[in-house]
Amino acid sequence: MSGFTRHRRSRRVIATFTGFEADLLRSLTGQLVELLRNEAATVDDRDPFEALMDFSGPTVPPEDPVLARLFPTAYPDDDEAASEFRRFTEGGLRDGKAAAASAVIDALEEAGLPPLLEEDGLVIDVELDEPDAMTWLRSFADVRLALATRLGVEEGDEEFWWSLPDDDPRAQAHDIYEWMGALQETLVDALQS
Amino acid sequence: MSTASPVEVDPGLEQVPEHDEITVLATPWVTIVWNDPVNLMSYVTFVFQKHFGYSRKKAEKLMMEVHEDGRSVVSTGTREEMERDVQAMHEYGLWATLSKSE
Repeated sequence: MSGFTRHRRSRRVIATFTGFEADLLRSLTGQLVELLRNEAATVDDRDPFEALMDFSGPTVPPEDPVLARLFPTAYPDDDEAASEFRRFTEGGLRDGKAAAASAVIDALEEAGLPPLLEEDGLVIDVELDEPDAMTWLRSFADVRLALATRLGVEEGDEEFWWSLPDDDPRAQAHDIYEWMGALQETLVDALQS
Repeated sequence: MSTASPVEVDPGLEQVPEHDEITVLATPWVTIVWNDPVNLMSYVTFVFQKHFGYSRKKAEKLMMEVHEDGRSVVSTGTREEMERDVQAMHEYGLWATLSKSE
């Protein structure tokens, strides 16, 4: 994996993926979109009428741990303020993250990734302007948070992951998580250069 | 990240106590970013530069505080301003909260 670089003359952020890599990115961002759009915002336990009349946004944290991590509680010591903040922000944040992940998928497909990858030796060249590269960068962070939450990644637990046998599905999933991290690192470098 | 540079205190800060007092009274809220085991150090630094317009040096200092102390105050202002900052941090996938300045 060579990852992202800044094209010197056009200033665009470019990367070349194998068909397999592009398909993997599409699969991961696609799962994120599914999760963001399918898991309904959590209903709270207020008076039913009051809750019905207040449909502007969720007020309690999502039950799914990935979504709870993507939409953290903004006021840790003030439940009421936390609910209000969530009500006004979570919907927009969800839409933004889903749109960003969808933008990654669209760009990969526009670059030639077919709906169903069958061909061997396919090469996908991606060229991003600055705002698109920022969108990809944010979406990579979301995907990595989602993978890490599902895997239970913790600070300083590298030894554990390395100790797993190669055929352990957790080891394979962690390899993908690491690959996404290395890829995101090259994207930060490209944007900084 | 191997070593963190020692923190330098801005010498200009201590010479304007009146301004500081006014600022504290008018802007008693802070945005706190918490450490997580996932986000890359380079990414967190880049987000601080991009969103707050901080220099790379300042952004790296704040990132190292998050990494080593578990949290860092990354901005100070009115409650509304801090809500916008927290929302922006959540857009970037950083774990951020706001609270009254201590």
